[in-house]
Amino acid sequence: MSTPRTLFDKLWDSHVVAEREDGEALLWIDRHFVHEGSHHAFRAVAARNAGLAEPGLTFGVADHYVPTRGRPAIADAGIAGMVTQLSDNTARHGFRLYGLDDPAQGIVHVVGPEQGLTLPGLSVVCGDSHTSTHGAFGALAFGIGASEVAHVLMTQTLWQKKPKRMRIAVRGPLGPHVTAKDLALHVIATVGANGAHGHAVEYQGEAIRTLSMESRLTLCNMSIEAGARSALVAPDDTTFAYLAGRPHAPSGADLDRAIALWRSLATDEGASFDREVAIDAAAIAPTVTFGTSPEDALPITARVPDAPALADALAYMGLAPGQRLVGIPVDRVFIGSCTNGRLEDLRAAAAVLRGRRAAVPGLVSPGSTLIKQAAEAEGLHTVFLDAGLEWADSGCSMCVGMNGDLIASGQRCASTTNRNFRGRQGQGARTHLMSPAMAAAAAIAGHLADVRDYPPLER
Amino acid sequence: MDRFTTLSAPAAPLALDNVDTDQIIPARFMKRSRAEGYGPVLLHDLRFDEAGAPRPDFVLNTPRHAGAKVLVGGRNFGSGSSREAAVYALWDYGIRCVIAPSFGDIFASNAVKNGLLPARVSEEDAATLLAWLDSANDTQLQVDLEACTITAGGQTIPFSIDPVRRTQLLNGWDDIDLTRERAAAIASFRTARAQAEPWAIAPPAA
Repeated sequence: MSTPRTLFDKLWDSHVVAEREDGEALLWIDRHFVHEGSHHAFRAVAARNAGLAEPGLTFGVADHYVPTRGRPAIADAGIAGMVTQLSDNTARHGFRLYGLDDPAQGIVHVVGPEQGLTLPGLSVVCGDSHTSTHGAFGALAFGIGASEVAHVLMTQTLWQKKPKRMRIAVRGPLGPHVTAKDLALHVIATVGANGAHGHAVEYQGEAIRTLSMESRLTLCNMSIEAGARSALVAPDDTTFAYLAGRPHAPSGADLDRAIALWRSLATDEGASFDREVAIDAAAIAPTVTFGTSPEDALPITARVPDAPALADALAYMGLAPGQRLVGIPVDRVFIGSCTNGRLEDLRAAAAVLRGRRAAVPGLVSPGSTLIKQAAEAEGLHTVFLDAGLEWADSGCSMCVGMNGDLIASGQRCASTTNRNFRGRQGQGARTHLMSPAMAAAAAIAGHLADVRDYPPLER
Repeated sequence: MDRFTTLSAPAAPLALDNVDTDQIIPARFMKRSRAEGYGPVLLHDLRFDEAGAPRPDFVLNTPRHAGAKVLVGGRNFGSGSSREAAVYALWDYGIRCVIAPSFGDIFASNAVKNGLLPARVSEEDAATLLAWLDSANDTQLQVDLEACTITAGGQTIPFSIDPVRRTQLLNGWDDIDLTRERAAAIASFRTARAQAEPWAIAPPAA
């Protein structure tokens, strides 16, 4: 009888090419995604006069700098140069590019799953911290820096120390209007912004099993905000149903063989974790952030806390201790990003907005061009447009502002993104993180609001 | 990469938790090439106001701490985005070591790959160092990577770093050269993987 292993152990073991005496393992990489920001790595490859080890396992996605309005024109020469540089590098090295004009273009962490490139049992890396997203399929996925991107480009491998294993067990079902985003913010507030540091997190429990693939992606996406190296959900029928028919997923007999193998990835009975955290799903309410770290999250019904350590953050945010979260005026909303830009997210926001008007301006940017099309086929875009919001093209957009979608200094944004860091959405910008439905409620109210006060209107 | 053994250099306190990489280098500066230098944009929005003028009260703008080569920070330094440009900004400014109670994982890895030492100390020792830097006349401290110690104001405190990363810094090894020695193992792994999970090695075409 072999030692029971966790999902993470199995994924790790199946990718170890070699081990060193010091404990570092050389891991094989199955999927490598690069984007415009990977230019430093390509320069390192050029400096060595090297080529790519596996162009067939390398995929370029234009997302960080792409325009969301007035495509394909890019007014800013510096921004245009970033997009062009990625096209040049993909052409030079001969790998697939989901570029600005590609019908499947979108945000890298949306495109990978959508195209069936991300699969259970694979190792997935990208020079982007939110690569943890792909772990929702039961893939070993983590973000890396430019030096590591260069290493993967040239060798298709990476030296890594095995992280510790952490289980987050979510007991019971999530309540009404409580989404994966609320769960993620609740987890980060519970363990802290570096609470999962050095760990690979596996989410288990009834609440996780009933989550859709989209919701699992949101949850794993946000896990880096708790400091986790990677995040995992064991693949199950929900996963397999999502993958069936995806352009680059196995099909036919290959798919049957794959599914049999993927089922065996689940954590064995009795396998041990280095750390255990239990979360009671019933205790989670629609949640928002109030400070400048994702750990500064509370139920929407709460008040801004009074703690000396928060003074700087509250000064930046223009908030006072004791202030009710409901009622904090917002200047705009943003719905999109690799966290919450999927079809399910757009549907959730539209369900609240349908038949209502937004009191403040807002931008809705779908996670991919295919999601944009699907949303338009359902008429979701007219809900957003009728509400007075802007319906834009797909990209990282206002989550990080690299393409010029910025929030003015001092302005406050209800945002479905992943980071409320100082200046993340623009110098001096104030960000409150929340679910798409909560952002929709904030748009209608013109202030932070409880989505439970905005039931869908009769159609 | 550059080797790191010992360092004797002036330090500056940055007594903030969660100094994320968006603060170390705001996204709008990441279009620049390394040749242009990232030093001028290090901690840009903390260092400069919205008109671009230095904020006189920010630590690196004070005469006492301008030109620091060591930064003492708070919990979770370098969290957030994986942007290696955060390390470039520290390095190009002249910082060679960051001392903090904890670091973002990807940041610490990026730092080592560029020869910058992320030295982990206890919360108490970080607080002691920060207090010392606020009052000391001479902000010079000594870092010894072989011994994993920091000496400041006559006191020596230990720091920790992953042993592999320590060796890497001490030797200045380049990963890619080490990996290329494993070419045969990589090739046979690839062959076995193509057998076991063919879809992993050859993504089905659309």
